[in-house]
Amino acid sequence: MSALVHLRSAVALIGRFPALAGVDLDVYPGEILLLQGPNGAGKTTLLGVCAGLIGLTSGQAVVLGEDLTANPRAVRRRVGLLGHDSFLYQDLSVVENLDFWSRAAAATVQDGRAALERLGVSSRLFDLPVYSLSAGQRRRVSFAAMICRRPELWLLDEPHAGLDSSGRDLVDGLMAEASASGATVLFASHELDRAEHIAHRSVTISGGVIIADSPRATELGSEP
Amino acid sequence: MTKPRGMFDDALLMARKDLQLERRAKIGLGQVLPFAILVLLLFAFALDPDRGVLKQATPGLFWVTVLFSAVLTLQRSFGLESEDGILEALRLTGMSPAGIYLGKVTALTLELLLLEAVLAVGVAVLYDTHFIGIPLLLVIAFTATLGIAGAGAVYGALAARLRSRETLLPLLLLPLLAPVLIAATRGCEVSLQREAMSGWPWAALLGIFALVYLTLGSFLFRPLLEDA
Repeated sequence: MSALVHLRSAVALIGRFPALAGVDLDVYPGEILLLQGPNGAGKTTLLGVCAGLIGLTSGQAVVLGEDLTANPRAVRRRVGLLGHDSFLYQDLSVVENLDFWSRAAAATVQDGRAALERLGVSSRLFDLPVYSLSAGQRRRVSFAAMICRRPELWLLDEPHAGLDSSGRDLVDGLMAEASASGATVLFASHELDRAEHIAHRSVTISGGVIIADSPRATELGSEP
Repeated sequence: MTKPRGMFDDALLMARKDLQLERRAKIGLGQVLPFAILVLLLFAFALDPDRGVLKQATPGLFWVTVLFSAVLTLQRSFGLESEDGILEALRLTGMSPAGIYLGKVTALTLELLLLEAVLAVGVAVLYDTHFIGIPLLLVIAFTATLGIAGAGAVYGALAARLRSRETLLPLLLLPLLAPVLIAATRGCEVSLQREAMSGWPWAALLGIFALVYLTLGSFLFRPLLEDA
């Protein structure tokens, strides 16, 4: 089986700091891969590289069959990224945001509404501006904006952050569903107890390099 | 999934979203417009002892006020795009950069034209200006505003990436818009019959400025967005 994400000697600088210092990684279709490691290890940068948002200084990156250096735009529209930022307009309402982001990604308004429903966002919140939502509610809306475009590669940075227990279970279920339907999931998390039950494989990154690659999430690289 | 969107679809979507944001947040109505009227008032206070000078300087004062207000509008418009990872999210959508640019320009032009309409009433009341040559004034207002929005959107996107964007944007933008200010002021002076020559060449010059800014902006926006 050919890798959906293929990185070789990947080096990425953030300013002058080598956030990735030579990463080799293969991720396969349908796989749920956990990225773990201490703060500043390079997890977020690695997700940004896979999304085509951060360019490599050297090395090779092929994602979804496209060379990221040559054609990052072709990759971007096929991935979904859930980052630390909300990726939402704070002054727009929940549905205005979903309508905009779904149509911007060439999905339909109905896709956006269905995603909100899937994420359990109550209809009483639909007309509220995003700035008035709680952190957890905002996270659900961000997640809905990501899945409404039906990405082939899910890139999730701390997907459980800010969510209550039902939200965390929901996110786990969504990742499992995505994997079962053929999408691939890369997620960074510090919540190893929860993450090890979902991930098919765990990779530990530290100092911008991969220091361990195991078939199941382990205690390796836990927060110091 | 629906069919991929074209550049003009993207522009329309972006413009609609920007106008929705204005309708929700009312920054233009609640902050930029009062600021612009205040500037007009201050000019009136400063030059009132000599009413003749005020009347003579009306077109210039009007367009200087529009430029200052445009800087505020641009800062707000691109400040929103640089918050909460919005620029990254826009890049992930695969929207056409030229479409994003044209959408921002469309929304900015509409907002500024509305502001100018209110300022024109202010000028009529405070400066005792009688508007004649309305068709020429309208063409000058449209082409000048398109030029301001066209150049402003490029520099707004450039400054949005920088930490010191609030101070850098006017420094970068105002010198670039000096030709627009001069042509719009001269055109309005002619239209108000302060000078006995036709104002249409000034309108044509403003149209050329707008065309150049829009063409360059459509091409420059892609690298600006990529480097964000």
